[in-house]
Order: sequence, then C-alpha cells, then structure tokens
Amino acid sequence: MSTRHVLLGLLASGPSHGYDLKRRHDEQFPEARPLAYGQVYTTLQRLVRDGLAEVDGTGSDGGPERTAYRATEEGTRELSRWAGEITPPAPFVTNEIFAKVVVSILSGGDPAAYLRAQRAAHMGRMRELTAVKSAAGAGLATVLSADYALNHLDADLRWMTTTEDRLTTLTAEVDAA
Amino acid sequence: MSNRSKGSGPGEGRGGSPVDGTGTGSTAQPLLAARGLVKAHGRTPALRDVSVELRAGEILAVTGPSGSGKSTLLHCLAGIVRPDAGSVAYDGRRLEELPEKRLSELRRTDFGVVFQFGQLVPELTALDNVALPLMLAGTGRSLARERAGEWLERFGVRGQAKARPGEMSGGQAQRAALARALVTGPRVVFADEPTGALDSLAGEQVMAALAHTAREAGTAVLLVTHDARVAAYADREARLRDGTLTPLEVTA
Repeated sequence: MSTRHVLLGLLASGPSHGYDLKRRHDEQFPEARPLAYGQVYTTLQRLVRDGLAEVDGTGSDGGPERTAYRATEEGTRELSRWAGEITPPAPFVTNEIFAKVVVSILSGGDPAAYLRAQRAAHMGRMRELTAVKSAAGAGLATVLSADYALNHLDADLRWMTTTEDRLTTLTAEVDAA
Repeated sequence: MSNRSKGSGPGEGRGGSPVDGTGTGSTAQPLLAARGLVKAHGRTPALRDVSVELRAGEILAVTGPSGSGKSTLLHCLAGIVRPDAGSVAYDGRRLEELPEKRLSELRRTDFGVVFQFGQLVPELTALDNVALPLMLAGTGRSLARERAGEWLERFGVRGQAKARPGEMSGGQAQRAALARALVTGPRVVFADEPTGALDSLAGEQVMAALAHTAREAGTAVLLVTHDARVAAYADREARLRDGTLTPLEVTA
C-alpha cells in the first residue's frame, strides 16, 4: 500500500491540510491501520520535495496555524499512472505449506502424510467458518469475510490435492537436482 | 427408534434427542455401516475394501476426485447397487440379505435421495412433485399436498408451488427436490453432488438449506461432493481416492 499515492488521491478532490487528510484516510479505509500524524506530515513533505504536491496556503480558522497542500499537475499525472498500473499478481510464492512440502521432500520426510494432516486441519477450519456464517443473525460483513477466508482455504486445498497427485514426479525432480 | 410418524411435517421431532450439529454426539450403533465394500464396473474397480459409518443425525461428506468411487459408495449404501463383496447394515439389518421387495420398501420409507439434477417429474408442479412420495406411501391427496406445501415453505420455495420444474431456476428446482427427499421423514438422505449443477451462490444456498433442515429434523445425510466448500457443511469427511478411503479419512 503506497501512502503517498493514497494521500495524492485524497488531495485530488481539493487542497487539504494534514489533520484533515488523516481523518479522511481513516474514514475511507476503516479496516486499515489508522495513519499516524507523523507519517502524514513526512509523506506530505516528500511529495513537495518531489514536485508532486505544493503548499496551497496557511490559515488558522481561529485555531492553530495549518498548512494546506494541493496536488501539482505532475502529482495528478503520477496518481493517474499509479491507479491504472497493474499490481503484480503474487510475485513471490512464499507459502509455509509449500515450503514444508519442499523441505520434507528434500529431507526425506513424508510430505504426503503432512499434506493429509494439513488438509484435515484446513477442512476443520472451513467447517468452523461455515458454521459462523450459517449462524442465525450472521451479518453481511461476517458472511463476506467468512466467504473470503473459505475461498482462500479452498484454493489451498486444491493446490494440496494437485500436489499429492504430483508428489511422485516432484520427488523424482528434487532428487535429480 | 421406530416410533417416528410417516410423512411428519416440519417441526415434528423424531423421538430422539436433537442433534447438536457438532458431530461429537454419537450413538453406540451407527445408523448405516459398510464393511469391506468391493465393487467393480466391468473390469474397472470402483471400491476396494471400503468401510464407513454414518451415525444417526450426522452429515457425512464423501469427497474425492472424479472416478474415485464416491457415487458407487453412495449407491451401495442406499441399497441401489449391490456390492460384489462386503456388507451394508442399516439399523442393524443387512441390506444384502433383504429381498428386493423389502429393500425397495426401505428405500421408500427410510431413505431419501437427491441427485445433481433431473429428479423432478417435469409434468408435475413443484407441490405435486413433493406430494408424490407421500401419496405413493398411501397418504391422501389433500394431506399430502398440505405437507408438501409445508416442506416447500421450509426450503423457501413455497412461492413456486404451482411452477413446473422447467419454470423454476436451478436453485429453486433443487430446493423442491430436497423438499421431496425429506417430506416422508426419512432417517437418511443420500445427496449425490446436490449443488453440482448450480452456480456458486445458488449452490451455497441450497447446501445451507439442506444442512439446516436436516439438522433440525435429525435426518442423517450422506453427501457426495468434490467441492470442499460444500463438504464444509458436513460434520465429518470421508475421503476417497482410487476406490480407497485415505488415511485420516474421517476428521472429526
């Protein structure tokens, strides 16, 4: 998550000062970790340094003096470039289940037994999540988050099933390496 | 455990204690028990020495890839197909020892079946489809239709009572099929890929309805599926590969 681009995005609707940006960020991304004030100000200073934002003016509105910032033309172009840029889909495969299977093969362990046990644990968790979302009175957010987790666990399971089927070949390849 | 009433309506218990749905409650004797089942289709083995149990009121998912023997196992357990070797005991009675007449009577009174699709009579309305098993068992037409209406209601498709299968969505037709499988108050429902022909959300809703209603009615379900998300509605899983139950096949 690029804080500088998110702040640029918030500035797109008009000049804003740091406190206001922090408040709007936390409103727009309620499930995200709240932004620290310090991070907002540091990021704004960097945006100014890089020519992506500039000072719009200062005012106090009767309170402490605040500096308002606005996006520059270059900042607007940069925001547009970033928002349309494809996020690399899973650039690094660093899953613990995958790692355990490979290590197990390398060390002469029993990856098939591990996969069966892991599969049972996954199914157990899927049953729990299914019970949670099937419970009377489960709200939409609960159902959606359970669905999200269930689909990811299901993806793991599919990979584990395929891996079980491939294990013979896989073992031969690792042995040869 | 034989004081249940035929064609019991929704809400009528079956005399036993309600199932808590956690899969931890067990009875001493399984409702359905297969021992050493062997079955081949021609020269292709489908089941190789499979033993599995279904307890009263539990939902057991039989999972595995295509061709692993899931449906053959279901057919053997439901008494539709006779195994080449091994035995199936239902409530202490061995199915292979029953004459065909008794076996088909048992299937009518104690078992309900749901397949992937196509089990509803296309010429009949949803209501009459659900009333049919009751009428075949001797219930009068008006009582049968009343009960059928209650079961359609329970599966959320009372509004489709007058629709014929072709006029309903896949999910609605499958809900009607579930109502038909459960209307006679069976002790076991055999469901073979009941959500297999439905899209993701409709399948989910049908499975949720089946699990909820079966638990409420205390009906055991033998659920054959290749979909882990569907199997997650069950209390336990039995996993078949190449006609054999894999180790850790039953996960509590």
